[in-house]
Amino acid sequence: MLELKQIRKVYNPGTVTEMCLFDNFNLTVNDGEFVSIVGSNGSGKTSMLNIICGSIPIEGGQVLIGGKDISKMKDFQRYRSIGRVYQNPSMGTCPNLTMLENMSLADNKGKRFGLGFGVNKARESYYKEQLSILGLGLEDKMDVKLGALSGGQRQAAALIMSTLTPIEFLILDEHTAALDPKTAEVIMELTHKVVEEKKLTAMMVTHNLRYAVEYGTRLIMMDKGGIVMDKGGMEKEHTKVEDILDVFTSISIECGN
Amino acid sequence: MNAMFELCISTLTQGFIYALLSYGVYITYKILDFPDLTVDGSFPLGAAVGALLLVNGTNPYLTLLAALAVGAVAGFVTGFIHVKLGVRDLLAGIITMTGLFSINLQIAGSNLAVERSIDTIFTSGPIMAVMGNSSLIYRKFVVALVLAIVVKLVLDWYLKTKNGLLLRAVGDNATLVTTLAKDKGTVKIIGLVIANALVSLCGAVVCQEQRSFFSTMGTGQVVFGLAAVIIGTTLFRKMSVVKATTAVMIGSIFYKVCIQVAISLGLPSNLMKLATAVLFLLILVLGNKRKGGAEHA
Repeated sequence: MLELKQIRKVYNPGTVTEMCLFDNFNLTVNDGEFVSIVGSNGSGKTSMLNIICGSIPIEGGQVLIGGKDISKMKDFQRYRSIGRVYQNPSMGTCPNLTMLENMSLADNKGKRFGLGFGVNKARESYYKEQLSILGLGLEDKMDVKLGALSGGQRQAAALIMSTLTPIEFLILDEHTAALDPKTAEVIMELTHKVVEEKKLTAMMVTHNLRYAVEYGTRLIMMDKGGIVMDKGGMEKEHTKVEDILDVFTSISIECGN
Repeated sequence: MNAMFELCISTLTQGFIYALLSYGVYITYKILDFPDLTVDGSFPLGAAVGALLLVNGTNPYLTLLAALAVGAVAGFVTGFIHVKLGVRDLLAGIITMTGLFSINLQIAGSNLAVERSIDTIFTSGPIMAVMGNSSLIYRKFVVALVLAIVVKLVLDWYLKTKNGLLLRAVGDNATLVTTLAKDKGTVKIIGLVIANALVSLCGAVVCQEQRSFFSTMGTGQVVFGLAAVIIGTTLFRKMSVVKATTAVMIGSIFYKVCIQVAISLGLPSNLMKLATAVLFLLILVLGNKRKGGAEHA
């Protein structure tokens, strides 16, 4: 279970551009939930993910995973139980390393990076099997450098890499936004598959309202650092794109967009 | 003809010795993407410590280990300043380099000669057992060649380990290292430690080869290292069979040959650094051209 308690986040504190994004922000995500998060630019979606991962500091409040306060932990320490896929496909893989090397790195997450041989040939068939889930033929590109692959292929590899070792949370930060519609569709379908198969708790920020409605078990809409809509279970099942579009539009009009 | 041949041998020897420094610069510049100016300080540091230990009767091979250790400390200091104190990479290196200048003076004065009577790695130990009857110039060549190859093989092995893989990842995509639950700062420090240990080792070998330490011997070494790395990796860009470390070794030799040719053609030694700068610029520009050409093709 993930809990955000009384989070306070102020950007540029003490300057003329000071902006308070979160003031007493609360959210609880239960194990096994797949939460889709929508909201306009600047509503605090990505900031929330960054706060969970420790990428940005907070001015007050607590982040708890399984009841344990992780607010004081450094970002890299938190990633022991968190996997993350970024909007930019090049963030999730190493362009100058081969697929095999990338997979080996991901496979060693949570273990010691000592002086043992970096690439374990015995694991290669397992990596191939994992990559073949994607159906993109990446399992035949084990010796290809990731920089030579397309954005969609890299993002698919990043998705597999981030979930290769057991994690508690999967964070998806607009991970289909930089892809063409068809590839985005493929990646979204794969995400669904991976989350189901590995029984992950996931949080996905997206600008695609259809994805938010179709995928996931809970839907949250954010605005100006607050949650304006929170639908789970049957209520989410019956939600249509038009329903959230109406709310979305009314928020946007208030902001003058 | 014989003189010409010996000149070739000694130029190659220089290339092999300075390959040690080039490996270090390869780690920071190419792998970590960190322009590390510590080199201009850690190179004479190795020479100073090496010279001092030699004149005090230490085994010449032990002085090399000592040089590795002090170079590692220098690299750690730069890494600490950059990672823990948040100083920009270039400035962190400049700070350590500047501090080291005084430290080197404290260790060995402005210059320190190693007397002929003192044994070096070229006049004692295994090389005398194997080639005791050959003249010094050939012994130097063989020792330098063996050192350059052994260090290259160790480095090749390290870069294939899990730790080495993580080092390559941090320069490639530091964000990924963070999501692998590893502190990217620590990995960077490890890289700087290894790099400067090698640079310092090179300083100690140079000191034994020329039997002297000068406080100014570090000036321009980082430029040499960068040039060697860029020449090597540019020359062999298309050939994936040639390991980057081998390419860097060849780059180092190529550069020393260029300088030797310039000297043989009568370049005054006062213009040495200017020639170095011009050569470096040429390499950079030609390297970019080739890269641009490849992209447009």
